[in-house]
Amino acid sequence: MIRVVLPAHLRTLARVNGEVTLDVKGQVTQRTVLDALEARYPMLRGTIREHVTQQRRAFVRFFACEQDLSHEPPDAPLPDAVATGAEPFLVVGAIAGG
Amino acid sequence: MSGVRVLVGTRKGAFVLTADGKRQRWEVSGPHFGGWEIYHLKGSPADPNRLYASECSSWFGQIIQRSDDGGKTWHQPGTPPGEPTTTPDGTSKGESNKFVFDTSSETGKPLTTHQWYDGTAHPWEFKRVWHLEPSLTDPDTVYAGVEDAALFRSTDGGRTWQELAGLRGHGSGSRWQPGAGGMCLHTILLDPSHPGRIFIAISAAGVFRSDDAGKTWRPINRGLKSQYIPDPNAEIGHCVHRIAMHRSRPGVLFMQKHWDVTRSDDAGESWHEVSGNLPTDFGFPIEVHAHEPDTIYVVPIKSDSEHYPPEGKLRVYRSRTGGNEWQALTKGLPQRDCYVNVLRDAMAVDALEPCGVYFGTTGGQVYGSANAGDTWAPIVRDLPAVLSVEVQTLP
Repeated sequence: MIRVVLPAHLRTLARVNGEVTLDVKGQVTQRTVLDALEARYPMLRGTIREHVTQQRRAFVRFFACEQDLSHEPPDAPLPDAVATGAEPFLVVGAIAGG
Repeated sequence: MSGVRVLVGTRKGAFVLTADGKRQRWEVSGPHFGGWEIYHLKGSPADPNRLYASECSSWFGQIIQRSDDGGKTWHQPGTPPGEPTTTPDGTSKGESNKFVFDTSSETGKPLTTHQWYDGTAHPWEFKRVWHLEPSLTDPDTVYAGVEDAALFRSTDGGRTWQELAGLRGHGSGSRWQPGAGGMCLHTILLDPSHPGRIFIAISAAGVFRSDDAGKTWRPINRGLKSQYIPDPNAEIGHCVHRIAMHRSRPGVLFMQKHWDVTRSDDAGESWHEVSGNLPTDFGFPIEVHAHEPDTIYVVPIKSDSEHYPPEGKLRVYRSRTGGNEWQALTKGLPQRDCYVNVLRDAMAVDALEPCGVYFGTTGGQVYGSANAGDTWAPIVRDLPAVLSVEVQTLP
């Protein structure tokens, strides 16, 4: 079970409280986690990754296990602690304020 | 008794203000979508319970929200939680915020660049929806004016969007350039007497008209003069801030432009200035009285660089002669130390008798007048900066 922590605005859109848990088939990567997230919560499509390019939106960052994974290749395996559910995958707004 | 519903978009959410026909006691609902920029929300003329809202953020992009109960509840079209993520025909849900410029060789070419602020070529990039204009007859059909300037249409209640690419691709797109707020398509007027006729306005390109429901377009800017562009009489490049029409006389258009107020009596074929005795040549909104096609309203703003009311006095100006002769309306509006702005989509009228007029400010006030502008009172004083105001007259 993969644990994902969303920023407040995306939790509101997805109508969830707290962490989201997902089943991810096969290798656990940014792409497979986000694919599973968007399949379960289609209202989040386009809010984390651009619709067409599937690139991470500029003001969104990814963290896990105290590491910044924002610039890792989307098909790189995520840390084992994320894959086992010991640690969450964090989707974070890149800058504060506004 | 009939009533009104005022739909207010702000920098930090949407608010719905309702009152009965007397328009004296108001109920305030909101914030809806708290923390998000709500550039615009508007109701369907064919079904007053159907509302559309443009919700966006720099972080998470564009969202389209829809209400089918007059703003009590909202959802992203096509994405009710807990249901299958594809429709029976296999289309993915979650597409209601997908605005993709048409690049097909059949309908989307030429996919040009437009001009950047420094005159260099810049590719089209979707940023946000500025304006939503529901069809006059079909609640499921709605148009979206977006930045970078283009027109999209949904015919399935906002679930999916397709670009009407003939506008961007008609030939002048490479000469369009952004205004200070971005290169936005901010005004969409649907002609009730010619079902295929659509007027749109872009900052800073000008006004365009389609007579075939958005398939083909041409610029209609003859007579406009913009003194600080290289050719003041150019076909393209005018910073049109807003245009308005009265539905009983759709061939007459009124425009607040960056540098003056103008009028067309031939559906945009030609324009002439009607600024008359206005105290400045600048402003954003322009509206037409619901029952008097020659009564129009503007809010003069000081210059193109200061963007606040002259002399610190917030004044709506009304012309009962279709322009040229203007009267300052001040009763109930602050007449000292007022330095707010009124943005282009932030004024609207109701259809009651007498006509109600409403506008919102960047200081968070929404003012209303239940007597066609003779006197004003704040409905709310302390909202986030107001981006848009629309009014529904309820049966």
